[in-house]
Amino acid sequence: MIRKFKNQLFRAMCLLATLIGLGILVIILFTLFQKGMAGMNWQLFTEVTPGPGGEGGLANAIVGSIIMTSLGIVIAAPVGILAGTWLAEYGQNSKTADTIRFLNGMLMSAPSILIGLFVYELVVVFMGHFSGWAGAISLAIIALPVIISTTEEMLKLVPITLREAGAGLGTPRWKVTVKLSYRAVSTGIITGILLSVARISGETAPLLFTALNSSFMTVNPNEPMANLPVTIYQFAMSPYDSWNQLAWSGALLITMAILFLNIISRVLPQLKKRRS
Amino acid sequence: MTAISLRAFSWQGDDLFRRACLTSAGLISVLMFAILLSLCIGAWPALENFGIGFFFSSEWNPVTKEFGAANALYGTLVSSIIAVFLALPVGLGVAIFLSELCPVWLSRPLSIAIELLAAVPSIIYGMWGLFVFAPWFSEGFQVWAAEHLSELPLIGPLFSGPPMGVGLLTSGIILAFMILPILTSLIKEALSTVPKVLREATYGIGATQFEVIIKVLLPAIKGPIFGALILALGRALGETMAITFVIGGAQSIDSSLFMPATSISATIAEQFNEATGDMHISALIGLGLVLFMITFIVMGSARVLLRRKAK
Repeated sequence: MIRKFKNQLFRAMCLLATLIGLGILVIILFTLFQKGMAGMNWQLFTEVTPGPGGEGGLANAIVGSIIMTSLGIVIAAPVGILAGTWLAEYGQNSKTADTIRFLNGMLMSAPSILIGLFVYELVVVFMGHFSGWAGAISLAIIALPVIISTTEEMLKLVPITLREAGAGLGTPRWKVTVKLSYRAVSTGIITGILLSVARISGETAPLLFTALNSSFMTVNPNEPMANLPVTIYQFAMSPYDSWNQLAWSGALLITMAILFLNIISRVLPQLKKRRS
Repeated sequence: MTAISLRAFSWQGDDLFRRACLTSAGLISVLMFAILLSLCIGAWPALENFGIGFFFSSEWNPVTKEFGAANALYGTLVSSIIAVFLALPVGLGVAIFLSELCPVWLSRPLSIAIELLAAVPSIIYGMWGLFVFAPWFSEGFQVWAAEHLSELPLIGPLFSGPPMGVGLLTSGIILAFMILPILTSLIKEALSTVPKVLREATYGIGATQFEVIIKVLLPAIKGPIFGALILALGRALGETMAITFVIGGAQSIDSSLFMPATSISATIAEQFNEATGDMHISALIGLGLVLFMITFIVMGSARVLLRRKAK
């Protein structure tokens, strides 16, 4: 009897733990909807951020975030894919490859605020001012290790027979990699890139001292650039109601976008599997 | 003739591609080295000025230009350790529920939902923590603790102080939510490596699920759980925005977990753009260097541990 009771109690505790985990997600999403929906209107997407206490939207922050995230991915993706290719195809189990893998893991877990400090010293101090480029570079450094490790994992899944078939036709190795291996695992690599887009689009800390923020509409990455995360931070901490409202709407916007990207990246490989 | 030159070209292509790949991979080591170097250079003026005392001094005064890392270091370590302590039992429970107790069709969607917790950006945790969790926490637990726990010997001082909502304990709790998904997924992974035969054998002699899990499964994955804990600790140490919102931003070390404090990342995030002069900036970068070294050591040892166990 006591054993049975203990067992039931244990199961209940585990269920409770799961409910806590799920509950947090539900409560956060609920709060975001509750507070963010009130500000969801055209103004949000068409007007730029207002002055203290004024009315306005988040158009410049949304545009800035999209520009910097895209630039970051455009910088990180090719480098990341090539580096991942080296680890999977050439380095394999060598000492050098192991070291690079270790450093890549460390870079992946380096606090993002340190990436911000690094880019501040490297780019902002050098250029003499905050800029969208600096923001994009810091986002690229954060995306890079994720892309490297997914590319490596994916390329390792390519069956050796596929490579042998390519090599048997006299195809040079690089062409086998580019035309056969990459194509075979393209969904996996795209998934990795989508996940890194999701990861960097919510990053705030590294943008605080690289892109800073701007209350104007700018599409020129040479200037300080508005972006959603830093705007949310500044507006949420402010005493003005209208700014707080914009912060919640921005938070809802960015969280939905990130969750959407995450879910897509999970569904995508399965869709592909089902089709073939 | 053409065939030969084409072939020569294709070999060149091979060489070129290999070099491009190697250069990209090498870039990672250059980046890590450059990050460490830039932090060292940036922190140099502060380290030179304050010497070894920079790491131990709890003085942080931009006006008198006295800077020490102790307050921020204390807040970082304590909030992260609280987070790990709180997240471990919950993470274990979730992992066990998802991989051992719940029906298979339910396990996958629930796992994805838990993993989505990790996708929610840090700043959202911060806002939610400050505007939703902190008020609720101060009216609930903190008032209760002030009445019931603060008089207790030994642990009493930890729970004394005004119920402000923000502070070390709140930061630890918010961090615990944030590291829950990684902890869960690592423990789940470890559980899946335990051979099925082991379970079946124990069920066969009439053990309950509780006994199988506590006496067979958990001891079998002690190592990976420890590795996962350290990895989660590393994640918590570097977390910035969530902490910046809820830790209170007070440069002080207090015996109470209810009092506002600060962390390395929060200090940098709050003060960097309003830094008063070069020494202030240098001291902030010095804090960054301290954070870099702690996370490097913690993450490095977690990786070594997990890898050794995996082999």
